[in-house]
Amino acid sequence: MTREEERIRADFPLLSKNNVIYLDNTATSQKPKKVIDDVAEFYRTLNSNPMRGLYDISVRATERVEEAREKAASFINAKNSSEIVFTRNATEGLNLVAYTYGEEKLSEGDEVMISISEHHSNLLPWRLLCERKKAVLKYFECDETGVFSLEEFKHALSAKTKIVAMSAMSNVFGRENVITPFVKAAHECGAVFVADGAQSVPHVRTDVSESGVDFLAFSGHKMFAPMGIGVLYGKKELLEEMPPFLSGGEMIEYVHRDSERFSAPPYKFEAGTMNAGGAAGLLSALQYIDSVGFENIMKREEELSEYMLSGLVKIPHVKVLGSDEAREHHGIFTFTVDGVHPHDISEIMSSKNICIRAGHHCAQPLHEFLGVRSTARASLGYYNTKDDIDAFLKTLSEIRGVMGFMD
Amino acid sequence: MNTFYNEILTEHNVHPTHKHELSDADITLEGVNPSCGDDIILSFKVSDGVITDGAFSGDGCAISQASCDMMLDLVIGKKVDEAKRLSEIFLRMIKGEVTDEEKEELEEAGILSDISHMPARVKCAVLGWHTMEEMLSENE
Ligand SMILES: Cc1ncc(COP(=O)(O)O)c(C=O)c1O
Repeated sequence: MTREEERIRADFPLLSKNNVIYLDNTATSQKPKKVIDDVAEFYRTLNSNPMRGLYDISVRATERVEEAREKAASFINAKNSSEIVFTRNATEGLNLVAYTYGEEKLSEGDEVMISISEHHSNLLPWRLLCERKKAVLKYFECDETGVFSLEEFKHALSAKTKIVAMSAMSNVFGRENVITPFVKAAHECGAVFVADGAQSVPHVRTDVSESGVDFLAFSGHKMFAPMGIGVLYGKKELLEEMPPFLSGGEMIEYVHRDSERFSAPPYKFEAGTMNAGGAAGLLSALQYIDSVGFENIMKREEELSEYMLSGLVKIPHVKVLGSDEAREHHGIFTFTVDGVHPHDISEIMSSKNICIRAGHHCAQPLHEFLGVRSTARASLGYYNTKDDIDAFLKTLSEIRGVMGFMD
Repeated sequence: MNTFYNEILTEHNVHPTHKHELSDADITLEGVNPSCGDDIILSFKVSDGVITDGAFSGDGCAISQASCDMMLDLVIGKKVDEAKRLSEIFLRMIKGEVTDEEKEELEEAGILSDISHMPARVKCAVLGWHTMEEMLSENE
C-alpha cells in the first residue's frame, strides 16, 4: 500500500478496521469517519424537529438542513436551492416524478421513452405509470457496449413522447451517457427529460444548468453520505406546477376543514419529518469530497480503472461488458467467466473476504437484451488500492480451476 | 484454494449425469429462485409408484445444479414415498437438524450439509428438492 493509499483509507473506519476488500462501490460507498461523526454530532447537539420549532436548537437544525440543500445545489450547479428536494434515495425521486408530473401530464396514447439499460428504479415507475394511463412505454437500445446513438434516439422520439427517462451512467457498463444532446432533442420534441444520476453524480461532474435536464435523481449513500438521504433536482417552473407527492405535515401553509394550501417547492414535496440527520450527513459527505477534491477522486478512479482493466483482459475466459477503454468504466466492471455462474464467482471471492456483486444488478431487461442471464460486478472506489485489485485478479484467475475446469 | 467447492460438487456441476432431455416424461415442473435467477426444469418417469428415470435442465449456480444432479442420483429407482422421505431429510439437513445416520442416507448429497452455515446459498441448494417435493405431491 502506498503512503497516499494509507492516508486515504485511514478516513474510512470500515476499511481500516475490517479485513475486507470492498469492491461493491456501485451498490453503496463506504462512509468517511467525518461523515459518521457529523451525523452523530447532529443527534448529540442539534436533535430537534427541523422546520417547526422556534427555539434555538430547532432553528440550528433547520439551518443545517438548508445548508445541505445549498451544498447539494451547488454540487450539481442548480441555480436555486429551492430546486433541491430531499428524498430517501434515487428510487424515491424517480417515483416522485412519475407519480406527480407523470400522473398529471400523461394521457392515453402518449409515449414515455426509456433506455434499455435502465436500473429497475428508472423503469418500473414508468411502466406502471404507463399502465395506469394507458400510455405506451418505448425502449431505445444501445449497442452491445452500452453506446446510445443520438440519431437513433431522435428517430425514436415523436410528438407523442411526453417523458424521456435515462440514466446518465449505467450501473452495469459504467459508461457515462453524456445527456446534454439527448436532453436538447427531447425538448425539441416537447418532452421532459428525467435523468437517473445515481451512478453519474458520484463519478463525473454534473451540471444541470448546462445539460438543461428537467429532473435529476440521485442517492447520498453512493457518495459517502448515509443511507436514507437522496436528492431530486427539478426545474423550478416544473416543481411549482406539479401536484404534491405525499401529503401531511410540513408541506402545507394552512389546513382548514375543507381546504388547504401547499407550501412552495421544495417543501411541497417533503411531507413529514425529514431525515435531518441524513441531510447533515450529506452535507458532510459533500464537504469531504471538496476537501479531497472531486478532480482527485475522479483521477484516482481512472488510474484504478486502468489497472483493473489491464489485469482483467489478461485472464482467459473472462469477458468484460462495455467499453475496452478503462477511462469509460468509472470504476465499474461487470463481467462473466465462461462456465462459472456469477453466484459461484462471488461465493469464492467472499471466501477470500472480497466483496463483489452477482446477479442482474437490478437491470434485468438489459441482461436479456445482451443475452446474458447474469453477471458479476466488481466496482472500485476512490479508497481502493492496487493491492485490492491484485487480490481480486489473483482469485479471479483461479476460479475456473476451483470449479473443476482443467484449463 | 481452499473453498466450499470440493471435487464432488464441481464434478456434478461441470459434468452432470442427469442434465439432459427426458423424452416422454410423466411429470415435469419448473422451479425458480427469483433472487438469483436459478431456474430448473425437473422431469420424472414414474411407473407403479417408482421413479424409473429423471432428468433436469436449466441454468443456475454450481450449488443448485450439483444439488439437483446428486438428488437424481439418489432418487432414481426409488419409490415416490422414499424420495419424499429423503427430501424431507435433505431439507432438514440444510437447517442443520439431522443426525449423522440420516445424513449418510443422502449419500453424496450429504456433502451439502455445510450450506446450513451459508444462509445466502440455502435457496440454491434446496431448489431441486423443493421442486421435486412439489411435483410429487401434486401428482398424488
Ligand atoms: C443507475 C442506478 N439507478 C438507481 C439506483 C437506485 O438507487 P437507490 O437504491 O439508492 O434508490 C441505483 C443503485 O443501485 C443505480 O445504480
